[in-house]
Amino acid sequence: MRTINELAAQETLRACSAGFDVERVRQDFPILRQQVHGKPLVYLDSAATSQKPQVVIDAVTRYYQAENSNVHRGIHLLSERATELFEDARAKVARFLNASDAREIIFVRGATEGINLVAQSYGKMSLKAGDEIIISAMEHHSNIVPWQILCQETGAALRVIPINDDGELLIDEFKKLLNARTRLVSVVHVSNALGTINPVKQIIEMAHSHGVPVVIDGAQAAPHLSVDVRALDCDFYVLSGHKLFAPTGIGIVFGKAHLLEAMPPYQGGGDMILSVTFEKTLYNVVPFKFEAGTPHIAGVIGLGAAIDYLTEVGLDKIAAYERELLAYATDALSAIPGLRMIGTAKEKAGILSFVLDGVHAHDIGTILDQEGIAIRTGHHCAQPVLQRFGVPATARASLAFYNTQEEIDALVRGIHKVTTLFG
Amino acid sequence: MSDLRELYQEVILDHNKRPRNFQKLEGANRTAEGYNPLCGDQITVYLRLEDGVIREISFQGSGCAISKASASMMTAALKGKTKAEAEDLFETFHTMLTSDLGVTFDPLEVGKLAAFSGVREFPVRVKCATLPWHTLHAALEGKGEAVSTE
Repeated sequence: MRTINELAAQETLRACSAGFDVERVRQDFPILRQQVHGKPLVYLDSAATSQKPQVVIDAVTRYYQAENSNVHRGIHLLSERATELFEDARAKVARFLNASDAREIIFVRGATEGINLVAQSYGKMSLKAGDEIIISAMEHHSNIVPWQILCQETGAALRVIPINDDGELLIDEFKKLLNARTRLVSVVHVSNALGTINPVKQIIEMAHSHGVPVVIDGAQAAPHLSVDVRALDCDFYVLSGHKLFAPTGIGIVFGKAHLLEAMPPYQGGGDMILSVTFEKTLYNVVPFKFEAGTPHIAGVIGLGAAIDYLTEVGLDKIAAYERELLAYATDALSAIPGLRMIGTAKEKAGILSFVLDGVHAHDIGTILDQEGIAIRTGHHCAQPVLQRFGVPATARASLAFYNTQEEIDALVRGIHKVTTLFG
Repeated sequence: MSDLRELYQEVILDHNKRPRNFQKLEGANRTAEGYNPLCGDQITVYLRLEDGVIREISFQGSGCAISKASASMMTAALKGKTKAEAEDLFETFHTMLTSDLGVTFDPLEVGKLAAFSGVREFPVRVKCATLPWHTLHAALEGKGEAVSTE
């Protein structure tokens, strides 16, 4: 068996050869320079929310210091500038996802609101009693509850694709679930609780062969993989800015233009109208039809800056580095006696969910926190999938490209402290 | 590690590992369920209450060491106590967990539950320690509703 050190040397070599300098990247994230409980911060909770590079913080600050104004309505210079920055960011998001048209990008608060928008607008328009929506057994609550609400409202039924013990979707079972009553499929791209990368392209092809549109929850995918909505041919793709190194409170819905045009508004208010009288209101065009009220302008500009930053670092380099780091971490954690990984799919990104014999995840979290190590513990807003694995909670370390092998080593040392204390 | 030793005192680790009264109570006339939606902890408290006295008490569920030990030590402390005595002890326990550091307690009043005084230094864990007690309170009230820490 190779020792951790040998592995480390190899991995470092590979990471460097890929032209990715993690120490340089870490300089871009000021928050990482601090100590927690007297120890250097080891931030392994990026799946909950990612840290923000200085360029994003600067873009938000600059907006409030020099550009703050409302968008789409002012005749003055500042409003013009703010509108330009805002719409530039929309174009950046479109390019980032390889959407064919910036009109296909709608700004929302986050992936959760994105799914609710699709459910309440597209879903309500298309579903009736007896219809079926297919989701998977590994969904986040945000890709379960909006559909349950829609089912209650329309009389449609929810169907669930089961998973195997590694946390992989059973594609044959999905095939069986697809039928003439299926109206919509909504699945997660990367599972927040297990790290599984789902074969979404295949799922989309299968659904489309039945004429069924597909929603992809990309909240955990976008920070790790490059996403091409045209290559995937997904009908909707949602993501959260704050998991993508941008501010909280901003998210994206990509929707195919012809679907968005046919859909009714999600919320009513300012900016989403062409004209209003008490008798009749004409709605604005896509995407503005879905953006009622003053949006999170600073968040949108911050998201644009985050996308610029990611593009500059290089999405492929990030993905390659993270793959090596995940493999290193998986080997290191799996070697700990009494530790069981939850989620062992062949294709994974960024997530290490685990349980320890005789120790509750919450206690692991508190003890690691004392070591300066931030992880998430609990059900990760995905209770059904944890029930599937027969555990009420897991400890979850989640990675971003600013994490290092030394931090994984600190995590391993921390877990050994847990087992010693509870031994 | 000193703070952690304050939190995870030997008696707490012991009750976590070998929880007392950790079973369903046959012949219970009061039960209540408690949840901590933030971490998924779940507990059921069973009581046999006769003439305002807790004759039998037990619990089941899943949770962290703090919540499990708290439930275990709660059941050990309350057997034979009146409803009013149980509510008083909850009040004392709660005050201990939410008071400022440095405040000392009358050992006669809190008894073995003094082991939980270290929880004060970990504010996010206070709910873990109080969940069993909130659930007990619901069982004593007999409202039959699930309680939540939120």
